[in-house]
Amino acid sequence: MHDNEHTEHHHEESFIRKYIFSLDHKTIGKQFLIYGLIMFFVGGGLALLFRWQLAYPDQPLPIIGASQQYLDEGEVVTGADRMWERIYDSDKEEWLEVSMPSGVITPEFYNMLFTMHATIMVFFVVVPILVGAFGNFLIPLMIGTRDMAFPILNMLSFWLAVLAAIVMAIGFFVPGGHAAAGWTGYAPLSADPQWTGVEWGQNLWAISLLIQGFSSLVGSINYITTIINMRAPGMTFFRMPLVIWSLFIVAILLLLAFPVLSSALALLIFDRLAGTTFFSATAEGGGDPLLWQHLFWFFGHPEVYILILPGMGIASELIPVFSRKPIFGYRSMVYAMIAIAFLGWIVWGHHMFQSGMRPGMGNFFMTTTMLIAVPSAIKTFNWLGTMFRGSIRFTTPMLHGIAFVSMFVIGGLSGIYMANTPVDIYIHDTYYIVAHIHYVVFGGSLFAIFGGIIFWFPKMYGRYMNDALSKIHFWLTFIAFNCTFFPMHILGVGGHLRRIANPQQYEYLQVFEGMNIFITMSAFTLGFAQLILVFNYFWSMYKGKVAEQNPWHVNTLEWEAPTPVPHGNFGQIPTVYRGPYEYSVPGEESDWIPQAQPEHAPATSGD
Amino acid sequence: MLQWLPENVSTFGQGVDNLFHAIYYLTLVVFILVMGTLIVFLIKYRHQEGKKADYIEGSTTLEIVWTAATTVIVFVLAMFSYPQWNNIKSQFPENPDVVVQVSGKQFNWDMTYPGPDNEFGTDDDLELENELHVPINAVVHIRLTSEDVIHSFFLPHLRVKQDALPNRFINVWFEATKAGRYEIPCAELCGFGHSGMLGYLNVHAQADYDAWVQERWP
Repeated sequence: MHDNEHTEHHHEESFIRKYIFSLDHKTIGKQFLIYGLIMFFVGGGLALLFRWQLAYPDQPLPIIGASQQYLDEGEVVTGADRMWERIYDSDKEEWLEVSMPSGVITPEFYNMLFTMHATIMVFFVVVPILVGAFGNFLIPLMIGTRDMAFPILNMLSFWLAVLAAIVMAIGFFVPGGHAAAGWTGYAPLSADPQWTGVEWGQNLWAISLLIQGFSSLVGSINYITTIINMRAPGMTFFRMPLVIWSLFIVAILLLLAFPVLSSALALLIFDRLAGTTFFSATAEGGGDPLLWQHLFWFFGHPEVYILILPGMGIASELIPVFSRKPIFGYRSMVYAMIAIAFLGWIVWGHHMFQSGMRPGMGNFFMTTTMLIAVPSAIKTFNWLGTMFRGSIRFTTPMLHGIAFVSMFVIGGLSGIYMANTPVDIYIHDTYYIVAHIHYVVFGGSLFAIFGGIIFWFPKMYGRYMNDALSKIHFWLTFIAFNCTFFPMHILGVGGHLRRIANPQQYEYLQVFEGMNIFITMSAFTLGFAQLILVFNYFWSMYKGKVAEQNPWHVNTLEWEAPTPVPHGNFGQIPTVYRGPYEYSVPGEESDWIPQAQPEHAPATSGD
Repeated sequence: MLQWLPENVSTFGQGVDNLFHAIYYLTLVVFILVMGTLIVFLIKYRHQEGKKADYIEGSTTLEIVWTAATTVIVFVLAMFSYPQWNNIKSQFPENPDVVVQVSGKQFNWDMTYPGPDNEFGTDDDLELENELHVPINAVVHIRLTSEDVIHSFFLPHLRVKQDALPNRFINVWFEATKAGRYEIPCAELCGFGHSGMLGYLNVHAQADYDAWVQERWP
């Protein structure tokens, strides 16, 4: 193989050019990944704070809260007590004193915590990792090209996301606190500061999401252009790996959906700052609070599929590789994803069954929503079909892939309850929906993310992640995840409302005190388990076992590139001869035939 | 899991609960079948020395079978659900026995009775904070509205939930079948006092209700 001009004129870049303002899609992908992992801990930390409040309402937080003795007698006994004493002595009103007097979470602060937990997890963790990190890292490598179509836009996309995160972070420290109207920001609660007491927090929330919207927009244009125009010779659409298909579909969804949110946010900012009334009905006229919900969910439901489709894509890579079998029903997998993406546009009303929308619409939206069960079932059965008569290797990425499928099954089935309008009357806005979203987005997307990170880590850094640590992380996460979120289904059936700071205020929820404590314990375990992942990630970057070029024996093109992947990715652009899942082909010595291997062509119909 | 459902005390609640049960058993069976298959596959087709995976690209027949089967199940379920939904949300029994206006306001439920003249906005209106009184086995119509942000009128024991919107009146109906005092939490985030925004529905025997009316409007 000869070096061509691309690698020859490759010169040493400065540190800043190479690691900070990089134009290389792989570096940008890793930047998005680390960005997402940092935000994952911010979002998770917020969740642990409000979980404490739910289990032990109105009791001071451990470690940072004041002791019981201090509360009762004003006597300083612990270091935390001394801290609170100092805070109360100081003249200026401290941030901590306002939001957590003596370490007790106030209801205002509680509302901010769950609002920001969801906002950060959705917009700053799952989308940046699934789309930003995996999209950037995988698309050029897997379709066989040297970089994205627009490297500068790509860099812009990342730095806009950083700017959005900074703006969002500032919101925590402005007077009045951060946004506290829920991540869905329902107007008029979000549209007028008088209802929440939140001033600039909500404005910064909206501005930050606007910036994040531009970041996504720029990224999605880049993905679509790259996938359409820059595929390697022989890489037809139906020879693309399913993860690329999922990212392609997601990019289209992002391109079409995000502007809807952006316009809604712009109107919200006008309402808050310029005195317009797009989202509040006044006696003199004005707009309509339901307009916000329609706009938000018209964006929001495609967004939900943006959060899960790449996870499906990643699982569709892991399962065939470690079953050493072609994916079952490749084309039906593609069509199922397209069907999900299409249905995503006509189901948004299922978030609004109880909103005051005309009840007749409920029947329409129930039907379209339940139809999503069809492509979801196709995908699940195809994953099972892929394992059928395979030769399954229980590597850690595969464990995550299997966990993805199982958790997605639970998340998908629990969705039917809420799609069903009469049942939704009862479980709408209860913990049932909290359980459902976490089974889909945590149980689904995050397990796929973890599996993907471990699977592609050798290509990203040329080293394996430590397998013992990965396995401990997997099992702890899997068990703690189910202990945290499964009981929430039961809370939901019991009518436990979401977004309440103190369930003990309700007589009919008294029975759930023990369950809430159990959930909180599990949530803390789940949180601490993630420290193992992060430690493993950074430790393995430098100390992990050195990996060969294609350690898992995978067919797709990213494994053709040398490890670590140089600028420009491939010495010579590979030519593609077959589909991506040619494993265990009869009559072959080896149980895998890389897409770029010329012999045997066209022995098998790759598509 | 369904024993956690609070006791149902409304006429249409049983319909909701029946659907809940039907979906529960349907999803339970699907879950057990899928997970059972997955576990069997994981054990049976685990990697063993000298054994190679079978090369199977898919099966159009199977794809058609499970697509069709799921579609049929979905539509059957939908068919059973439409009447329940319409019954609760749009087909109101006419000639209600009681009409009450309920207005959400940070962070209370304001109940307004029209009084003997059956008209709102007159002198004989009765306003109560967080206490709703209705007779048993009677059709109650609620004119639901809000004075500020969106609230949600939730009667867990009666399987009723409806958002209350400012400057809009939404009709809700129910018929309670058991006397008692039931909580009315607000189910939609409405500000810092959302948690604990709580009213009470008092369902009285007809005689007790008549006495209560007698006491208010002598």
